[in-house]
Amino acid sequence: MKKRIWGFAATAALAALVAVPASAHRQWMMPSSTVLSGDDVWVTVDAAVSNDLFYFEHQPLRLDTMKAWAPDGTEAAIENKATGRYRSTFDVHLTQKGTWRIASVSDGVMGSYDLGGKTERLPRGTTTANLAERIPAGATNVKTAESNNRNEIFVTVGEPTTTLFKPTGKGIELVPVTHPNDLIAGEAATFQFLLDGKPVAGLPVTLIPGGIRYRDQLGQVDLKTGADGKVEINWAEPGLYWLNVTTPQTERAEGAPEPATPQRRASYVTTLEVLAP
Amino acid sequence: MQLSTPARILGGTIGLGAVFAAPAFAADPGTMDVTINIPRLKVAEYHKPYVAIWVEKAGAKAKTVAVWYDYDMKANEGTKWLRDVRQWWRAAGRSMTFPANGITGATRAPGAHKVSFSRAQLGATAPGAYTLVIEAAREVGGRELLRIPFTWPAKAGAGGRAAGTTELGAVSVAFR
Repeated sequence: MKKRIWGFAATAALAALVAVPASAHRQWMMPSSTVLSGDDVWVTVDAAVSNDLFYFEHQPLRLDTMKAWAPDGTEAAIENKATGRYRSTFDVHLTQKGTWRIASVSDGVMGSYDLGGKTERLPRGTTTANLAERIPAGATNVKTAESNNRNEIFVTVGEPTTTLFKPTGKGIELVPVTHPNDLIAGEAATFQFLLDGKPVAGLPVTLIPGGIRYRDQLGQVDLKTGADGKVEINWAEPGLYWLNVTTPQTERAEGAPEPATPQRRASYVTTLEVLAP
Repeated sequence: MQLSTPARILGGTIGLGAVFAAPAFAADPGTMDVTINIPRLKVAEYHKPYVAIWVEKAGAKAKTVAVWYDYDMKANEGTKWLRDVRQWWRAAGRSMTFPANGITGATRAPGAHKVSFSRAQLGATAPGAYTLVIEAAREVGGRELLRIPFTWPAKAGAGGRAAGTTELGAVSVAFR
């Protein structure tokens, strides 16, 4: 099993094109635990953007849009927030039994328009809500594409529940076939991914085990969702895994210009804890 | 210090070294050519690797001959990741200051790259056994290290090779 996972990195060599990255570095959240017991239960979460997983060595993840939801769907407080030079940290008081969601979701609109013979880009922070007011009168050739980014983790007190997994229908979302807080090394897990509420085949799924700093190879596994949007993962080792699902990105040569029409983009990031059997 | 192009920096010192070495041993090689292949990788996020090249000799301090890194970022930010070239960092890098004249160079794209070093640059003026070490570390990627032993005085022509499997391709040395 181990051999198979590490093999991927080596076979990835030698191709004529490289996909140009949408953004550098990896963003992640790391909970103090994912499987919890007890009566007065808390979880502490570290959140950062870094090269190595899960080491905070580059930038903190901003907490502006960080939210938590209790198993019954009510929003819960993010407590003891702090953002330092390299990481943010916060606590969630897990006052209910079941599966909690902690997520940072951002939606935006990218695009351009022509005005007075010049092509202008839509400014940062444009959303579907303010798009109309950001396009000036007289603008022509308006091109827009939506982008949705979701970075979320799940933690469970007692028995795992699934009430929180009702899709919103926006961006990429995870539907548990295997519950994300019920992962054991040696047991295969299946997740379904939806794009805008529908299962989509061919979404690239990247899986990287934590602990990069202490090994030479990334150990990255590249998968694609099947026809039903599902992907099966065989966990070689227990530990924390970083999982990233994105919309397919058009490959273009390094340095090639961006495509004229903005592309619909969505990204999903989660941290999964695989326990030892 | 001016760092317009890395090729010019290396080129300048090579020429100097060759002049030094040539008169004493007219027939003996005075220059080592190193050919380093950087593999093209199909990954979602690719950054050209940081590469350090240094010389080891038993009982002597490691001698760095080249470091390819993001030397032209604002506030010298690219030096933050030099420690990821971790064996070199421990052997030599951590006691150096950057940019380092004649050593600092830009990162290189996938493909074959030939660089040349004089015997003096290599710190190999004393006859004996040496090891050339090449270490590559890629941002959000992996790390690999190759060693090529050589002796000085050297014989002209091909002088050893090693092949990487992940972050480095074939690396070979030749003497002239």
